[in-house]
Amino acid sequence: MKLVFEVGKEGRGMSILPPLDVPEYELSPELSRKEAPHLPATSEIDVSRHYSALCRRAHGVNNGFYPLGSCTMKYNPRIDEEMASLDGFTHIHPLAPAEAALGCHEVMSLAKRYLCEITGMDNMTLQPAAGAHGEFTGLLLIKSYHISRGDLNRTKIIVPDSAHGTNPASAAMCGYTVVTTPSDENGCVDIEALKKVLGSDVAGLMLTNPNTVGLFDPNILTITRLVHEAGGLVYYDGANLNAIMGMARPGDMGFDCVHINLHKTFATPHGGGGPGSGPVGCKAFLAPFLPKSALCEYQSAPQVRGFYGNFLVVVKALTYIMTLGSKGIREASENAVLNANYLMQRIKGTFTPAFDHVCMHEFVLCLDEFKKETGVSALDVAKSLIDNGIHPPTMYFPLIVHEALMFEPTETESKEVLDEAADVMRELYKKAFEDPEYMRNAPHNAVIGRPDEVLAARKPVVRYTF
Amino acid sequence: MLAALGMTSTAELYRDIPDEVLLKTPLNLPDGMSEMEVRAAMQALADKNKNYKTILRGAGAYDHYIPSIVKYIPAKEEFLTSYTPYQAEMSQGILQSIFEYQTMICELTGMDVSNASVYDGACAAAEAAAMCRDRKRNITLISESAHPDVINTVKTYCYGANMPFAIVPMKDGKTDIDALKGMLNGQTASFYIQQPNFCGLFEDAEVIAETVHEAGAMFVMGVNPIALGIMKTPRDCGADVAVGEGQPLGIPLSFGGPYIGFMSTTDKNMRKLPGRIVGQTADHEGRTAYVLTLQAREQHIRREKASSNICSNEALCALTVSAYLSVMGSEGIKKVAVSCMSKAHYLADKLTKIPGVRLAHKGEFFHEFLTTMPVCSCKVMEALDKEGILGGLPTDYGVLWCVTEKTSRAMLDRTAKIVKEVCENEACV
Repeated sequence: MKLVFEVGKEGRGMSILPPLDVPEYELSPELSRKEAPHLPATSEIDVSRHYSALCRRAHGVNNGFYPLGSCTMKYNPRIDEEMASLDGFTHIHPLAPAEAALGCHEVMSLAKRYLCEITGMDNMTLQPAAGAHGEFTGLLLIKSYHISRGDLNRTKIIVPDSAHGTNPASAAMCGYTVVTTPSDENGCVDIEALKKVLGSDVAGLMLTNPNTVGLFDPNILTITRLVHEAGGLVYYDGANLNAIMGMARPGDMGFDCVHINLHKTFATPHGGGGPGSGPVGCKAFLAPFLPKSALCEYQSAPQVRGFYGNFLVVVKALTYIMTLGSKGIREASENAVLNANYLMQRIKGTFTPAFDHVCMHEFVLCLDEFKKETGVSALDVAKSLIDNGIHPPTMYFPLIVHEALMFEPTETESKEVLDEAADVMRELYKKAFEDPEYMRNAPHNAVIGRPDEVLAARKPVVRYTF
Repeated sequence: MLAALGMTSTAELYRDIPDEVLLKTPLNLPDGMSEMEVRAAMQALADKNKNYKTILRGAGAYDHYIPSIVKYIPAKEEFLTSYTPYQAEMSQGILQSIFEYQTMICELTGMDVSNASVYDGACAAAEAAAMCRDRKRNITLISESAHPDVINTVKTYCYGANMPFAIVPMKDGKTDIDALKGMLNGQTASFYIQQPNFCGLFEDAEVIAETVHEAGAMFVMGVNPIALGIMKTPRDCGADVAVGEGQPLGIPLSFGGPYIGFMSTTDKNMRKLPGRIVGQTADHEGRTAYVLTLQAREQHIRREKASSNICSNEALCALTVSAYLSVMGSEGIKKVAVSCMSKAHYLADKLTKIPGVRLAHKGEFFHEFLTTMPVCSCKVMEALDKEGILGGLPTDYGVLWCVTEKTSRAMLDRTAKIVKEVCENEACV
């Protein structure tokens, strides 16, 4: 389809601004732009149709099942969006005097209080704009804590080999050397391996619990105790918080700080890749190191973003929490875990779970054997799901499982949707034995077939040329 | 469903959680609410904020007019509720919209390549500093005339990475170029200025570019994207990396976020640019296709060797920016820029006719300027506040005023009159 630059016509435009009602000021030539930028020249209907056409080539949670593991693609209630579009929130300047922004400050303090309660933390910052940003912020807390104590030799962060790629990257951004520890045969932390790397040079451990294979680490109290005994701190990656809300809290498991993904657990939409929001909570002893805005709060604290963070995303999350309440939050987690186990159970017998165990909110299939038998890979199955109107699960992650497909159905899907998805998976399993070639060429019904990614990287075309 | 699992209660699903950790009491949160109740509660919170009719405050967050259709585009559910476009076949709409966004940012800045966005302008500056460092050069310099939040964010990122950081002082409201010369050395990785700067003034960007390049360092410019409608591009000023806060391009004030950081650079530095980048390619039938590309730079492959950890960015804000720029076009952006600048100069002229009110600095400005006040600025702000006007921001250097296309001449006259009255009355006391 056409690019937005190709719709419309030179000279076309809309009447948006009134005529200038003050004398025109002319910028001196040496400061002036030499050439006008090439931007679309469109009418309103051109713009409207262009974006509607792009929409038809996209797939959101509202279009269909989206079991993308670790991403918690739950339904985003419309009321949250509507509340975040109230003029009383959208038209407030971040540097408005405090007494003129009482509502905004109250939103932030309520959100912090509720999120602290859910995670078992004492304090929180809303400044981080995404999960990875929260990881960076949390590690900064750990770093500042050790430095404040004059404990300067802690240069290492331990990250299990099942971790999200952002964990090691965040640790590196904080100047740490990453020590990767292996998982045990259940996909959990190998305690003996952990003991071997713990020492006076360890700043902390980053952990996702439930972990990336969808299991709650039963040794969690031992793990956090061991790290603390070695003088390190423990960081909770909140990517999988959706499994345990109201059941267990990172703060009670011994974690010192956490990040939360409001765009996963608290139903705010992902927007095709953001804006998210990654609040970081911590125990009271880390609170002095929380980031602040230099301009809004006049403090010489660290800072990871301008102003207060992605405020409107916080408004959506608060609306969600207030809607569900104490009981509803817990039910959301219970249903997320129930849905995952139900779907896993329905698929079992065809594809094989990587760990045959009661899972939390997500589970991982291992297609290693299946691929050897049929020549059909996890990628081929994923692409075949597209032909069935289902967004593929997360592929080839975690790295510790070969030919992995990670399903996270979330609590907002009905039994009927799960049954249909399981039927599709069972059909695909059969199809792989009957017509593997067909699956290797999937998708067949999408607007494009598999794109040539090698070409894209070798000869990058990353903008339109006029 | 439980029966299908051979279970009788959901408690059995949680059997891996040690008993010591299981919560024994309900979370201390309020009871749930119906949609009607929650609407009333949130509306009541929104009503506690004061919705100013006129905003003459900027300092990093700008109250521009947003054309009606712009907000309807990111509200489309397919855009709103999708994840990062990992599955290209199912995400061509999102990917193409990012490709279009990247093109528009390149056009505005004059650069060759743009990423899909980062969290905000401050993070863009911090990421730019990181991409400019290498083994030999690791010192980040930033001008004191940049936004305080940007300076502090860059400082924090450098602190995180254990990399040296220093602030180049300003003189008369602009970067002190002599001081800069004294601070540049063989270890300097990059120098950042904001254009126009925090005081509203245009920096001598080309002179600075030359100075920085002579020292072998990279030059990073943080630019106001509306000003780019008329202002010389970072490319033409000699910048290696152009970044900025994209909020003025169709994104509401929103008490500070979500906003969007844009980042662009030259071809030469393409593989150092952090974040998502969408590229054009083809499928096996030769159909045009868009994909996330150059992913070898990114954390999910490079893990601890990645230069940045960014994954989620501000995609929906990038879409808003694209929609805004599509609606405005190049003529529209120019008109907004001229309107802002002309109105700011009109207000500056009016205000400086008041005895004791002077421009704090000489030099050409865009839509922000600093003035002295003969009386406590709090008195001025109070009087404006009563009329529904959010006045300029009181700072250490004076009051920082900002005028956009939204404020009419009549309102500017009214503002000047109120300021005059306060100055005269307070002076008498």
